[in-house]
Amino acid sequence: MNVLTQIALSHLTSRRRQTLVSLSGIVLGVGFFLGVSSLMRGSERDFIARLIDTQPHVTVSDEFRANPLQPAERLFGKGAVELRNVKPRTETRGIRQYKQKLAVVERLPGVRVAPVLAGQGIITFAGRDVGVTVSGIVPERMLNVSTIEEDMVHGRLEDLDTNPNGIIIGQQLSDRFGIDMGDNLSVAAPSGQVRVFKVVGIFRTGNQEYDESQTFAALKRVQALMDRPNVANNFVLQLDDPMLARDAAARIETLIGYKAVSWQEASEDITSLLKVRNIIMYSVVSAILVVASFGIYNVISTVVLEKTRDIAILKSIGFNAKDIRRIFLMEGVILGALGSVAGCLLGWGIIYGLGRITLRAPGAVEPVPMPVYWGADQFVLAAAFAVLSAVGAAYLPARKGGRVQPVDILRGAA
Amino acid sequence: MTRNPDAPVMRAEGLSRVLEGEVAAVLVREASVSVHRGEMVAIMGPSGSGKSSLLYLLGLLDRPTTGTIWLDGQDTSGVSDEEMARIRLEKMGFVFQFHFLLQEFTALDNVMLPMRRLGRLSEAEQRERAHGLLAELGLEEHAHKRPGQLSGGQRQRVAIARAQANDPVVILADEPTGALDSHSSLVVRDTLKRLATEEGRAIISVTHEARFAEAADRIITIIDGKVQAAG
Repeated sequence: MNVLTQIALSHLTSRRRQTLVSLSGIVLGVGFFLGVSSLMRGSERDFIARLIDTQPHVTVSDEFRANPLQPAERLFGKGAVELRNVKPRTETRGIRQYKQKLAVVERLPGVRVAPVLAGQGIITFAGRDVGVTVSGIVPERMLNVSTIEEDMVHGRLEDLDTNPNGIIIGQQLSDRFGIDMGDNLSVAAPSGQVRVFKVVGIFRTGNQEYDESQTFAALKRVQALMDRPNVANNFVLQLDDPMLARDAAARIETLIGYKAVSWQEASEDITSLLKVRNIIMYSVVSAILVVASFGIYNVISTVVLEKTRDIAILKSIGFNAKDIRRIFLMEGVILGALGSVAGCLLGWGIIYGLGRITLRAPGAVEPVPMPVYWGADQFVLAAAFAVLSAVGAAYLPARKGGRVQPVDILRGAA
Repeated sequence: MTRNPDAPVMRAEGLSRVLEGEVAAVLVREASVSVHRGEMVAIMGPSGSGKSSLLYLLGLLDRPTTGTIWLDGQDTSGVSDEEMARIRLEKMGFVFQFHFLLQEFTALDNVMLPMRRLGRLSEAEQRERAHGLLAELGLEEHAHKRPGQLSGGQRQRVAIARAQANDPVVILADEPTGALDSHSSLVVRDTLKRLATEEGRAIISVTHEARFAEAADRIITIIDGKVQAAG
């Protein structure tokens, strides 16, 4: 063992109780840092995973990002053109020539797409009415872009192919109205059309609101209900790499003109909120470690004061100021490293414990385990921060130790 | 360059040490000293006369306000603190009134300390040399004891063993028998004398004990910081 390390260790072991107290500060700091970080990042990742899994990566709607330019504006783009009282054109809702546009989108690499005609409807069953969203889908395409099939409690999505009058409803709606498989429902559309649908499937996503208000039926059947033949008003896209959604949306918008919104754009307010939350969280948990580092400062300062005679001995033997500084910095490193290792073990235990707690989140029908993050990066971050804090706390006493003049101590002892 | 064997191993010319302050205190004034290999020199004088201050200057633990010290032919004025530490490590050994051993280390570890810092010998060689030095001073069976488990005389002998660790040319001692009983004092005195006569080291020791000074080849008397006689 290096002689400086041996001296540093001897200092720490000679003040065992104080060393343990300051060490426990680091251990608790690292442990709670990891516990809080794991929960925060776990919930963030869980949230994003839910966004990615349950929502389309990109949604193309029958809207435009900006109003189209008037012919005069197009012709005299740089001229002083002012148009007043322009009457907006009455657009037929829906994506025009959606099949051709669907084919364009489909040709993009790593993209799966499904057309949807979504609209409002009123379900009447046993004399009771409820407003729902009716989505007209092509089951075989929907299977490629949605996880809804995994949430089916009864029936399958493809049953809509074999039963053109079929409808799939959520568990919450089924429970609330006592609707069972095979029951017939009357669905009225804003167009005035009323159709009878037979329940061929029930899903349960765990999201109460979604399970109560969302229904699925065959695209052609919904087009007839809404009186909008050959129309789709949404494209739902899934990508092989969800992180490329922003670029893919921009590309699609350029290709077909309609507004394409990535999941990142749709959730921008929430993701920026998560970033702010992370900054606050790391500031708070870092403060724990900074406070713990004062304990280390205290221990090493005391050791420097107590060991001035030893410093004088070492300097008279031939150790220089740099050696003395290294001894006390080493004490900081040892405390930081030991605290990090023990703190990581404690943190591991805290994360494990948190991961076993189940909660019933608002809107969820089933209890879910607390989302925790096990990533090694947060362990590395916590350990590095702890060691840096400890070395930082040791620096001032170490510098003071290095400046001790042996003659001053020897004169005092004589 | 060949070195003159008759040249002093340590020579100081016109050494002064003044402590600056509201009233400047002169600790040592215009002291000139030379010591040869194999010579044991005692520095004597009344309390507060500047004996220890002169020793600290000669031991490069303090810097003179004026004057020059040559050690083994090397001019030490103007060298950095780091270089001064290096010279102490390689060429000097110290023995203080209060043994000044590291309490958490065993006698063996204390003796090995300068060797480990210098790093010239392998660990096995360091250990062997430390055992040898302790054995020469009759302390082999106490090698693994800590200072707290040793008597005052034994601790001082451990300090002497440590002072020899890096084979120094000069050993400086500050009242090495000041805290010992008469028997231990004689043992320490004789040990230092042996190091001078048998091993050819220069020994410079501050003392106020006449019995210790009797063993010295030369006595330097200092009063009010001024060397009165170097007989």
